[in-house]
Amino acid sequence: MAIIERPASNVALPFVDAPVTASSTFGVLKRPVAATGWKSWVFTVDHKKIGIMYGVTAMFFFVVGGIEALLIRLQLAAPNGKVLNADVYNQMFTMHATTMVFLFVMPMAAAFANYFIPLQIGARDVAFPRLNAFGLWALISGGIFVNLAWFLGGAADGGWFMYAPNSGPVFSPTHGVDFWALGLQIAGIASLTGAINLIVTVLNMRAPGMNMMRMPIFSWMALIVQFLLLFAVPVITVALFLLTFQRNFGATFFDVSAGADPLLWQHLFWIFGHPEVYILVLPSFGIVSEVLPVFSRKPLFGYPFVVFSGAAIGFVGWGVWAHHMFASGLGPVSVAVFSITTMLIAVPTGVKIVNWTLTLWGGKLWFTTAMKFSIALIVLFTVGGLSGVTHSVAPSDTQQTDTYYIVAHFHYVLFGGAVLGLFSGFYYWWPKVFGKMLSEKIGTWNFWLMAIGMNLTFGPMHILGLQGQPRRMYIWTEARSGEGFFNLGFWNLISSIGAFVIALGVLLFLINVVHTARKGEKAPLDPWDARSLEWLTTNPPKEHNFDVIPTVHHLDEFFHRKYKEDENGAMVKLKSAEDIMAEQERNADAHIHLPSPSYWPLVLAFGLPVTAYGVIFSVPLAIFGGIIILFGAFGWGLEPATAKPSDYDPPINTGDHSGEVVAVG
Amino acid sequence: MHNEADHNAHGSSSGISNIKLGMWLFLGSECLLFGGLISTYMLYRGRVSQGPTPSQVFDIPFTSVSSFVLLMSSLTMVLAVSSAAKKDDRGTTLWLVVTALLGATFVGGQVYEFTAFKSEGLGFGTSLFSSSFYTLTGFHGVHVTVGIIMLMAMVGIIQRSEFPGSKAETIEMIGLYWHFVDIVWIVIFTLIYLIPV
Amino acid sequence: MSNAGYVRIALILGFITALEVSTYYVDFGPLFLPALLIMMSIKFVMVVSYFMHLKFDNKLFSMMFYAGLILAIGVYSAALATFKFFLN
Repeated sequence: MAIIERPASNVALPFVDAPVTASSTFGVLKRPVAATGWKSWVFTVDHKKIGIMYGVTAMFFFVVGGIEALLIRLQLAAPNGKVLNADVYNQMFTMHATTMVFLFVMPMAAAFANYFIPLQIGARDVAFPRLNAFGLWALISGGIFVNLAWFLGGAADGGWFMYAPNSGPVFSPTHGVDFWALGLQIAGIASLTGAINLIVTVLNMRAPGMNMMRMPIFSWMALIVQFLLLFAVPVITVALFLLTFQRNFGATFFDVSAGADPLLWQHLFWIFGHPEVYILVLPSFGIVSEVLPVFSRKPLFGYPFVVFSGAAIGFVGWGVWAHHMFASGLGPVSVAVFSITTMLIAVPTGVKIVNWTLTLWGGKLWFTTAMKFSIALIVLFTVGGLSGVTHSVAPSDTQQTDTYYIVAHFHYVLFGGAVLGLFSGFYYWWPKVFGKMLSEKIGTWNFWLMAIGMNLTFGPMHILGLQGQPRRMYIWTEARSGEGFFNLGFWNLISSIGAFVIALGVLLFLINVVHTARKGEKAPLDPWDARSLEWLTTNPPKEHNFDVIPTVHHLDEFFHRKYKEDENGAMVKLKSAEDIMAEQERNADAHIHLPSPSYWPLVLAFGLPVTAYGVIFSVPLAIFGGIIILFGAFGWGLEPATAKPSDYDPPINTGDHSGEVVAVG
Repeated sequence: MHNEADHNAHGSSSGISNIKLGMWLFLGSECLLFGGLISTYMLYRGRVSQGPTPSQVFDIPFTSVSSFVLLMSSLTMVLAVSSAAKKDDRGTTLWLVVTALLGATFVGGQVYEFTAFKSEGLGFGTSLFSSSFYTLTGFHGVHVTVGIIMLMAMVGIIQRSEFPGSKAETIEMIGLYWHFVDIVWIVIFTLIYLIPV
Repeated sequence: MSNAGYVRIALILGFITALEVSTYYVDFGPLFLPALLIMMSIKFVMVVSYFMHLKFDNKLFSMMFYAGLILAIGVYSAALATFKFFLN
C-alpha cells in the first residue's frame, strides 16, 4: 500500500503517505525499502521501471543478435568464406534468429506494452505487479541461459525452428539444443505470465468511461498480441518438453527408427510459430497507428477497421501454420486449405495499410524521425507482405522453400515491419519515458542509414533466392554463381555491405541515446501535440502515473481535452497541455496507494535456470532448483501484494482493509 | 476517508476480480498445453515397435476406481469452497484435507500404475506409445501434486489467519485449478484408457 | 448452489462414469465411440458449469476459457487430420 521505494518527486506531492519501515510479513525476507540505487530497480514492481528494464535487456540482445548477423554476412560476402566454419556458422544463424525473435522483438514489444498499456488506459499499474517483475526476471534468466551454451560446448545449431530429427543428439551432439529448449521454456513462462497480466489489466483496469472502442490503438494491438501469446506459448511449451525429454531422458518422440513422425514437431512448432509472427509485428502496427495520426494532425482513419482487422489477423493467424510446411509432403488437400487461408490473411493486413495511407491523406504531415520510421514501415512492410502472398501460392512456394527469397521475405516483414515500428516508438515516446528529446538530427541519419541499409541487405536476397541460393549454407562458390546481372557474388557483396550500413544506423541510435542522456534538451510537456492518455502526465510520468484517474469521454481523450470544435466544425486549441496538467495537480487524489516492492519474483525467477541447468547436467541440482522455486512460491503466496497497514509508521487508516493475503499477484 | 476504488492500484472497471479473470485465462491457456500432449498421444498410441501395447498393460478396473476417486475430490473441493464462502474455517479445513487425501490417493494409484507398467517392460523410451503415455499422464500427475501442495499450504494458512473466511477467494482459485485438473482427467480417462487403439 | 445440489451433481457424474466403464464390459457396437465421447463431454461441461460455477459467473470467464478450449480442439484436430488420423 503506499510508495515505498520510489524516490520522492521534486514537485510537491499532492499526497503525503507515511514513511515506511521494513515489513514483518509472513515471509522470510523483509520487504525491500530502498528508495534509490540498484535496489530500487531490482526489487521494483513499478510497471514503468520494469518496462525500461525490458527495453534495456532487449536492446542488449539486439546488439548481440546484430553482431551475429554481421558475422554471417561477413562469411557470405565473398565465395568460400573463411570467417566461420560450418559448425559455428550453424550456431550463428540459429542464435541470430533465436536472439532477434525471442530476446529482442518480443521483449521490446513487452517493454512498450508494460510501459504504455497502464498509461494509455488510465491505470496506476498493472493488475499483478509482482507477476510483472517475475516476467522480466524470467525473461532475463532465459535469455542468459540460451546464450550460456556458447561457453559450454557450443550453442544450438538446428535453426530457430529446430526441426526434428535434426535436433536429436545424433545430429546435434553438444548441449546447445538443450540450453536452447530449456532457455526458451523459461522465456515462455515469462511471456505467459506477462500475457495473463496484461489481458487482465486491459479488461479490468481501464479508467472510467474508457470502453473498448475508446481505447488507444496501441493498447488494442498489444491486447491482441497478449491473447496470441496466451494461446501460442503452451503449444511451443509442449514441443520443447518433447524435445527435452527426447534428448535428456531417452524418449522417442522424433525417433524415426521407432516409427515416429518428425512432422509432429513441425506442426507443434508452427502452430506456435505462425501466431508468433503476428506477436512480433502487431505491436509495431500499434505503434505506427499511434504515430501516424499525431504527425498527420488527423485522427486515425477508420479506427474500428484497424481494431477489427487486427483482431481478424490474430484469429486467422491460427489457421495458416502449415504454409511453412508446403514442401514437407502434407498432401494436396491440406496444402490447398492452408493456401487459401494464407491468401485470406492478406486481406486484414491490406486493410491496415489502406487505413494508414488514408490517415496520411490530406493531413498536415510533420516529418519527424518517428514519422519517417512509420512511413518507411508502411512501404517496406508492404513489400514483405507482397512477397508473402507469393508464398501462399503453393507451387511457387515449393520453388522458393529454403532459398534466400524466404529470407528476404521475412526480413522485410520483421525488419521492415517490427523493427522499424519499434524505432518509430523509440523516437515518439522517448520524451515521455525519459523526459528528454532524442536528437532529430542524429535521428534523421539513423533513419536513412537503417532504411537504405535494410533495402541493400534484404533486397538483393530476393534475387539470390530466385536464382536458387539456398538458406543456411555456410559457403557459396564462384563456380556456380552465374553471370551478369544475376551474379551471386555481386548481390551477396551488396547484401553484406547493407548489413554494415544497418549496423552503422543502429550505432547512431545508441550514440543518440548517450548524447541525449548527457546533453539532450528537456522535453516539453506535450512535444508532439499528441492525442492519447499517456500524455496526461508529466515527462517522465509520476510514479503513480496520474494525479487524478481521468474520466474518459472520447477516443483520443487527451486531444479532446485540448481541442474543441468551433461553429465551422474546425478543431480549435483551447487549452495547452500545461493548463491540463495544472488542473490535474489541483484536483489530485488525496491518497494514492501503489503496490509494494518484493524480493520474491527474483527468487522464483532465479530458481528456473538452476532447475534447467540441473535437467541437463545433474538431477540433484534440478531438485535443488525445484526447492528454490517452491520456496519462492511460498514466500510470494504468504506475502501480501501490498504491505499491511501496520507496516507503516504511523499506521494508516485500516477501517476498510482486512489485511487479506493474496496468493497470486 | 476514501473508497476502495481509489484505495489501491487494483480498482476494477468491469467489477470482476482480477485474480479470477487471470485464473480463467491461465486455464484457457492450459487447454492448449494438454491438447498438445493428448494429440501427441493420440498420434502415437498405436505405434509400438517393441514392448507391450496399451491393451496389454491397461488395468481398466483399477484406473476406473482412481478416476472415480479424483472425480469425488472435485465434490469435496467444491464443498471446501462453499464452506469458505460461509466463513466456516473448520468446515473448510476439513474438506481441504479430504480433497488433498483423495488427490494423494489418485497420485499414489498413478505411482503404482507406473511401477506396474515398468515391471511389465514399458519403460519411458520403450516405444512411442510409452513415451507419449508417460509424458501425458506424468504432466497430469504433476498438476495434481501441485494442487495437493496448494491445498495443504492453504490448510496451514487458515490456521494462522486472523479473520474467518478471509481466504475464500484464494480457496476458490485453488478450486478452479483443482477442477480443471479433474476435467483433464475426464478427457484422458475416455480417450486414453477406454477407447482402444 | 447448495451443498445438496453439489452432491446431486457428483452422483450424476459418478453414474455416468459407471456407464463409461460399462462400455469396457458390454459391447455397444457402432454406438461405442459416439456414446463415450458424448458422456465425456457431458461430464466435462457439468464440472465446468456447476463445480467451477461458469454457468452462474460472468460471461467473460466463459469466453476466455472456451476460447482456449475451442482453439485447442480446432488446431490439434486439424493437425491430426493432416496425419490422416481420422480416416481409419
